[in-house]
Amino acid sequence: MTAARLLLTFVGLAWLALILLLPLLAIFAQALAKGWGAYIAAVTSSEALDAIRLTLLSALIAVPANLVFGLAAAWAITKFEFRGRTLLLALIDLPFSVSPVIGGLVFVLLYGAHGWLGPWLAAHDVQIIFAKPGIVLATIFVTLPFVVRELVPLMQVQTTAREEAAFSLGASGWQIFRHVTLPNVRWALLYGLILCTARAMGEFGAASVVAGSIRGRTVTLPLHVEIVFNEYDAVAAFACATLLTITALVTLVLKTVLDARERRTAHVELASGQLITAATPAGSRA
Amino acid sequence: MAMSNNARARILPGFGPTLGLTLAWLGFVVLIPVASLLLKGLAIGPAEFWSAVSGPRAVASYRVTLSSALAAATVNGVAGLLVAWMLVRWPFPGRRIVDALIDLPFALPAAVGGIALTAVFGPNGWIGSLAYPLGLRTAYSRIGLLLAMTFVGLPYVVRSVQPVLEDLDPEIEEAAFALGATRWQSFAHAVLPILTPALLSGFALALARGIGEYGAVIFISGNLPLETEVTSLVVTIKLDQYDYAGAAAVAIVMLAVALLLLLAVNLLQGRSRAYQAA
Repeated sequence: MTAARLLLTFVGLAWLALILLLPLLAIFAQALAKGWGAYIAAVTSSEALDAIRLTLLSALIAVPANLVFGLAAAWAITKFEFRGRTLLLALIDLPFSVSPVIGGLVFVLLYGAHGWLGPWLAAHDVQIIFAKPGIVLATIFVTLPFVVRELVPLMQVQTTAREEAAFSLGASGWQIFRHVTLPNVRWALLYGLILCTARAMGEFGAASVVAGSIRGRTVTLPLHVEIVFNEYDAVAAFACATLLTITALVTLVLKTVLDARERRTAHVELASGQLITAATPAGSRA
Repeated sequence: MAMSNNARARILPGFGPTLGLTLAWLGFVVLIPVASLLLKGLAIGPAEFWSAVSGPRAVASYRVTLSSALAAATVNGVAGLLVAWMLVRWPFPGRRIVDALIDLPFALPAAVGGIALTAVFGPNGWIGSLAYPLGLRTAYSRIGLLLAMTFVGLPYVVRSVQPVLEDLDPEIEEAAFALGATRWQSFAHAVLPILTPALLSGFALALARGIGEYGAVIFISGNLPLETEVTSLVVTIKLDQYDYAGAAAVAIVMLAVALLLLLAVNLLQGRSRAYQAA
């Protein structure tokens, strides 16, 4: 039995090494293939710096926007019952389940030169597609579900008893959220924000469609990686890829830390929730 | 239940503003743009829509995308079950690091995953340089496509099965084992049926991800028309040729497939939760 277990563990780890670890190591090996000098030069070239700036800018707009949206949506969906709730959740999930290429295409068809609003935008000298606003919109689209998806499952299992108690004591909606709801979901919220940021900085398919095939002014870091890779400048491509890889690894570390905390909070929450329910037998959920 | 729903709807404040904000933002970011896609694709009429979605290149791409995504999801189904089992039941040194690393394909930008796989499995890569002499073209081929889709789909099965397995009492297998079943029988008859909904939902998620994948795929698949060209790429090619309606039509097909899979996942997750609650 132990022999079978050892063999299967070995097979499983070998599989993960082949499909996960080797590609991860290859990124750093390729980036440093010509030494640190070439690496530094690649990540500090003016094209790379421009790409980093645009990537950070679009993340700085997309993440706070989807944070506000995520909080509002989670509050409406978990604190109230209304018709179409399931449909609303499915629609919020949509960007997560379609190809990122579609996430870019929808904006090209709406705001592009041949899109529904294209002529009007052109007449007013506003360019969205093949420009920075398009990148930002595509980033917002693909990162839309992240905060909601982290908050809703957690807020759904928490009772509303304490929020209702706070309300009956005269607290405003914002005060209830700030002092009662938020402390219970803060780790999930932080985790959602981290995922949202990582995805915003790494988005490729949607950004590639709205940036168009004529590259130049609107290049994000992943697009820059593609361009230099296709120009056979492997060191530059992998050097810039290490920046995104390090971001991803930091995300994984933070996730592991937050998972442990969330579990602890969830247990505490569950215990105190049961206490409140037990203390108010004829309470709000009766 | 209905009473408590009404009570919840009445008591807490903020329903109007939060729902209003949600719908406005969703409309601006998702609903209106997606509606413009549907209008563009459907405005050309059924005949032209059909010719756009049934062209030889499009049809070949459906076949390649679907079969590769199915194969990748199957690989991930088997390997993911093994990995989840390992992580939950068989403590080994470094388990936490391995557990954290499972999510790498979620966190790593698709394009970075794509070039990294190309570096490993390309003709000069660590694995490619071993495989090519044996006649295995691990990049710029169907195998490369399969590897890329397997990479991006890897976390789904593990993360679907893992929580169910954590909640599952090992005593179930031990009881079966004690009653005279072999290890394999107790796994196949006592454990696997409980894991099946989670396994299928992970499979469907990995499948959906594979079907829609673009960034990880285009670097390693070689993008040979009719052979290794995926449907996402066909959409971008039509767009580059200024065939907006054609791109929209093929995208509508992808959207429909994605929605069907999403529906399947929701149904399966419902069943999976029912098992967990039972």
